[in-house]
Amino acid sequence: MERDTHFILGVYEDEDVLLHAVKEVRTSGVKIHEVYSPYPVHGLEHVLGYKRSRLPIAAFLFGMLGTTLALTMQFYMMRFDWPMIIGGKDFAAFPDFIPVTFELTVLLAAFGMVGVFMISSNLKPWAQPRIFDVRSTDDKHIMAIDIANNGALEIEKIKEILKSSGATEINNKSFEE
Amino acid sequence: MAHDVQHYNLDQKFDFRAGTKKAIMTVLGIGAALLVLGIILAMTGGGHHEEGAEAAGHAFHWYERLYANLWINNVYFTGISIVGVFFFAIQYAAQAGWSAPITRVMLSLGNWLPIAFVLMIVTFFVANHDLFHWTHSYLFDKSSPEYDSIIDGKGAFFYWPMEKGSFPIFYIARMIIFFGFWVFFFKKFQKISAQEDQLGGNSHWFKMRSWSAYFLVFFAVSSSISAWDWVMSIDTHWFSTLFGWYVFASWFVAGLSAMTLLTIFLRGQGYLEMVNENHIHDLGKFVFGFSIFWTYLWFSQFLLIYYANIPEETVYFIERLESDIYGGFIFVNILMNFVLPFLVLMTRDAKRHGIFLKVVCTLLIVGHWVDFFLMVQPGTLGHNGGLGLMEVGMLLVYGSSMALVVLSSLAKGNLVPKNHPMLEESYHHHI
Repeated sequence: MERDTHFILGVYEDEDVLLHAVKEVRTSGVKIHEVYSPYPVHGLEHVLGYKRSRLPIAAFLFGMLGTTLALTMQFYMMRFDWPMIIGGKDFAAFPDFIPVTFELTVLLAAFGMVGVFMISSNLKPWAQPRIFDVRSTDDKHIMAIDIANNGALEIEKIKEILKSSGATEINNKSFEE
Repeated sequence: MAHDVQHYNLDQKFDFRAGTKKAIMTVLGIGAALLVLGIILAMTGGGHHEEGAEAAGHAFHWYERLYANLWINNVYFTGISIVGVFFFAIQYAAQAGWSAPITRVMLSLGNWLPIAFVLMIVTFFVANHDLFHWTHSYLFDKSSPEYDSIIDGKGAFFYWPMEKGSFPIFYIARMIIFFGFWVFFFKKFQKISAQEDQLGGNSHWFKMRSWSAYFLVFFAVSSSISAWDWVMSIDTHWFSTLFGWYVFASWFVAGLSAMTLLTIFLRGQGYLEMVNENHIHDLGKFVFGFSIFWTYLWFSQFLLIYYANIPEETVYFIERLESDIYGGFIFVNILMNFVLPFLVLMTRDAKRHGIFLKVVCTLLIVGHWVDFFLMVQPGTLGHNGGLGLMEVGMLLVYGSSMALVVLSSLAKGNLVPKNHPMLEESYHHHI
C-alpha cells in the first residue's frame, strides 16, 4: 500500500520558545502531530496535552500474571507433579513459595512493561522510522504538523502561525511509505 | 526566574485553637476512661487465667498487663518521635530541596523525646521483673535451681561492669546515653533552625548538614541497639540478627505516617500554603515504599526462622502463631501494614490526594502499634495478654498526649523555616 503524507515542520532553537510555541500553535487551532527534541524537555508532554501513560496499568497486570503463574507453577510442581518432603515442611509450603513468586512478579512486570512500551511506540527492529529532520538529534527542536489532520486550515496560514510563534525555519517534508 | 517567596506568608505561626485542643483532650479523656475501665476489669475479673498461671508456679497480677502496655507505647512513641528527628536529618544530609517547608513539621515530633525518656526509665525501674526475665538475679546464681547458662552468657550485655544479677548499669547507661544524645541533637537542630530564621544566610544550612551527618552515624548504631535492649531482650533466650532493622522499619513507617498526617492536617487548617500535592506525593511515596521495606524485613526474619526450623529460633513464632490470643494478630499485622497500603497507595492519584493518605496513615499508625504489641506482649504476658480496653485506652492516651505536645510546640515558632536556602527550589517542586 502506498500512501503519501505531507508535513509542515517548524524548527525551534530554544526549549522555552518551543514550550510557548506549542501552547500558541495549539490555541490557534492547529493540531500538532509530534514534537521531536534532542533531549527530554520538562513539561513538553503537559503543554502538548498528552494523557497520562497507561503503562503502569500494563505493569500491574503483568505483575499479577507473574504472581499467579509463579504460585500455580510451584503449587502444581510441589503438591501434585513431584511431591517431595523438604525440611519436614508440607508439600504445599506457602512461605517457601514467596521468594520465587516475588521474583517472577518483578520479572514479568518489567518484561511486560518493556514489551508493551516497544509495541506501543512501534520500536520493532524492522520498523522504518520517519526521520523528519536529522538535526532533532543534535540541537534543534522539530514540530511536525500533519497537513491531512488540519484540512480546514490553509497551509499558508499554518506556516504563518509557526513563524509568529518563533520558528526559525519552516520546511516541508513528505513521506512515501 | 520569578521568585515566589513573596507570594507566601512565611511568618505564619500555628494557632493551636481551643477547638482542636478540646478534640484532642476528648480523645485523651476517652482513652483514660477506657484505661481505668480496663484496669478495673483486670483487677476484678480474669480469674480463669489466674488458676492456670498459679498451677504453673507464677501468679499473674493485673498490673503486669499495665506495665506491658506502658512499655509497648513507650517504645512505640519514642520511635515515632526519634524518626521525626531522623527524617529531618536525612533531608539535610541528602541536601533535599523539596522538603524545605515541612522540615519543622518533622522536627516537631522530637518534642516527645524528653517525656518519653522519663516515662521509659520510670517504667523500667517500676516494672523490671515483670517485663524483663533477665532482671531476676537467681538466673545468674550457679547454685540456684533456676540457674540459666544461656542468659548467664548474655549477662554482661546488661550488667557489665558490675556483677551479673545486680544492677543493670550497662543497660541503664545505654538508655541514658541514647536518649541523652537524641535529645542533644534534637535541641541542636532546633537551635540552628531558630538562628537561621533570625539571621539568614547559608551558613546555618551547612552547619545543620554537618550535625545531621553526626546524628545519622549515631542513630545508625543507637537505633539498632535500642531495639535489642528495649524489645528483643524481652525474649531473652531468643535472638534475631536483623531485629534492629525490623524495629527501625516499623518506627520509620509509623513516623512517616505521623508526619504525613500532620502535614495534611496543617494544610487543611490553612497553613503551609506552599506545600502542594507534589510534596504530599513524595511523602506518600515514602510511606508506600517503606511499608514494603518493613514487609521485606518482617518476611526475611520469618522465612529464615521458618525454613531453618531451629527450635531456639522458632519458639518466637510458635509463641505467637500457635496462640489463640496472638495468632490472628500476625495476619492483621500483615494485612494492615503491607496489603492495605500496598494496594491502596499503588496508584499515583492515591498518593496525591489527602483523603487516601489520611485513611492509610491512620491505619498504619494503628497497624504498627499492633506490630509492637506482638513484639512485647507474648514475651511478657503470654496467655494473660490480649487486645482489650486497657490496650486501646493506653494507645489513645499516649497518642493524644503526643499530639498535644507536638502541636503546642508547633504553635511556639514559625511553621516554615523562612530563610532556608532551598525554599525556592521547593516551590518549584514538580513530579
